[in-house]
Amino acid sequence: MIEVRDLKKSFGPVPVLQGVTFTVQKGEAVVIIGASGGGKSILLKHLIGLITPDQGEVCIDGRSMAGLNERQLLQIRRKFGMLFQGAALFDSLNVEQNIGFILNREQNHPPGEIAQRVAEVLELVGLAGIGKKWPAELSGGMRKRVGLARAIIYHPEILLYDEPTTGLDPIAADAIDQLIARVGDTFKITSIAVTHDMRSARRIGRRILMLHQGRIYADEPPDDMFKSSDPVIHRFVNGIYEPGEQFSL
Amino acid sequence: MTTLAKQFVNEWFCGLGRGALLCRDIFSSLCKVKPVWHDILDEMYFIGVKSQSVVAITGAFTGMVLCAQTYFQFHKVKMDTATLAVVSVGMGSELGPVLTSLMVAGRVGAAIAAELGTMRVTEQIDALRTLAAHPIDYLIVPRFLATMLVMPLLTALSVCVGILAAYIVGVFLLGINSTGLWYNMLRHTNMIDISCGLIKTFIFGAIIAVVACYKGLNCAEGAEGVGRATTEAVVYSSIAILISNFFLTMLLNALLPTL
Repeated sequence: MIEVRDLKKSFGPVPVLQGVTFTVQKGEAVVIIGASGGGKSILLKHLIGLITPDQGEVCIDGRSMAGLNERQLLQIRRKFGMLFQGAALFDSLNVEQNIGFILNREQNHPPGEIAQRVAEVLELVGLAGIGKKWPAELSGGMRKRVGLARAIIYHPEILLYDEPTTGLDPIAADAIDQLIARVGDTFKITSIAVTHDMRSARRIGRRILMLHQGRIYADEPPDDMFKSSDPVIHRFVNGIYEPGEQFSL
Repeated sequence: MTTLAKQFVNEWFCGLGRGALLCRDIFSSLCKVKPVWHDILDEMYFIGVKSQSVVAITGAFTGMVLCAQTYFQFHKVKMDTATLAVVSVGMGSELGPVLTSLMVAGRVGAAIAAELGTMRVTEQIDALRTLAAHPIDYLIVPRFLATMLVMPLLTALSVCVGILAAYIVGVFLLGINSTGLWYNMLRHTNMIDISCGLIKTFIFGAIIAVVACYKGLNCAEGAEGVGRATTEAVVYSSIAILISNFFLTMLLNALLPTL
C-alpha cells in the first residue's frame, strides 16, 4: 500500500505540491491527471524517492521513506518499476542489455536465465527478436515498450508510468494502453500512471485522481470523473479552454 | 552589485560543498561496495588505450622542442651532451605529468561530463536509481578508479616517447654525441624525479574524474546545460591541475629532499 501524506514541494519560490494526500491500495490501477507543468511527474518521482519532499511523507507498505539515504532507498525501490516519459533507455547498452540490466547487476542468476527472461518480456511487449538493436534504432512506441519490459522483468509490486502515451500516434497510444492493462492483469501489479491524455486515463485507470493547484482536487472512478459537473473537472476532461486562462499552474 | 557578488560567492561555496559530498560518496562507495572490475576495465580502455595517441604525440613534440631549446643554450657553453638529461628530468618531473594530465582533462574530462550530463537530462540517471543501482557505484567509481590507474601509465608513455623523440632530434638532427647524451641522461636522472611525477598523476587523475563527474551530474537542463558542463569540466580540471601541481611539487620536495 502507498500512502502519501501532506506532501509539499517548492522549487525556489514556486510551490508545486501544496499538501498532496492520497492512498493507493495493493493491486489498484490509479491514474493521476492534471495540467501540464502541474507537478504530476514531480509527484510520481516523490513516490519512488527520486525527489525529497520539503514537507510530508510517502509510506510504502507502512514504511516511511522520510530520512532514508540513497542506499536505504535502493532497497525500497526494488519494489518499484518505472516507465519514464522518454523511456530513459541507456544509450550505451542494446535492448537486451537494457532489459536485463538489473538482473545482470545482481550477479546471482544462472547463465541462460537472464537471456530467457529477457526473451519472455520482449515477447510480452510484442517486440520479440529485437534484443540486439540499439535504443537509437527504435521508434518512440518501441522505446516505451522496451522501457516497460525493463521495468517488469524483475516482477515489481508497483509500476509507475510517467506520461506513457505522450508523443505517440493514437494507434500506438492504444497499443501501449492495452499493454499496460495486460501487464497489470498478468502480474497483479499496483499501477500509478500520470497523464493528461484523457482517453488513456479512461482506458488504464480504475480510479482517477486530479491534481489541481498543487493538491488532489478530485478522487473518483473514471465514469464519475467524466460525467462530473464540477466546472474545473468538466473543463479539463473535455479540453475546454477559456480565454485568459493560464495554461500551467 | 553586492547582491550579484553575494550570489556568486554563495554559488561558489555551494559548489564546493556539493563537490565535497561527491568525494565523500565516492570514498564511502569504495569502502562499502565491491568494485565491478569489468566496468573499470571498460573505462580504462576508453580513458587509457584511446588516449595513447594524443598523449604520445604531446610527449614526442614536447620532448623534441625541449631538446632543441636546451641545445641552443647549452651549445654556447659546450654542454651539448647534457641536453637529454635536462629533457629527461623536465619531462619526468613536470612536463610529462602536467601536459599528459591537461590532454586527458581535455579528452576524457569532456567526454565524461558530456556523457553524464546527457544521461542526467534524458532521465537515464533517474532510471538507474529506479533500477536499484546507485549512480555513484555504477557511473562514478569505475571512472574515478580507471582515471587514477591509467594516468601514471599514460604519463610514463608520454615521458618515454618524449625522451626517445628528444634523443632522435639530438643525435640525428643536431649532431650531438649519442654516447655522451645517453650517459649524462642516466647519470643525472633520479628515480625520485620520475617517481614524483608519477605520484602527482594519481592526484591529477582523481581531480579530472571528480571535476568531470561533478559537472556531469549537476549539469543544467538541455543542450546548453550539457555544453556548459563539458566546457567547465575541462576548464576547472585544467586549472585545478595547474594549481595543485605547485603545491604537490612543494610537498613532495619536502617529503623527498633529494629532489
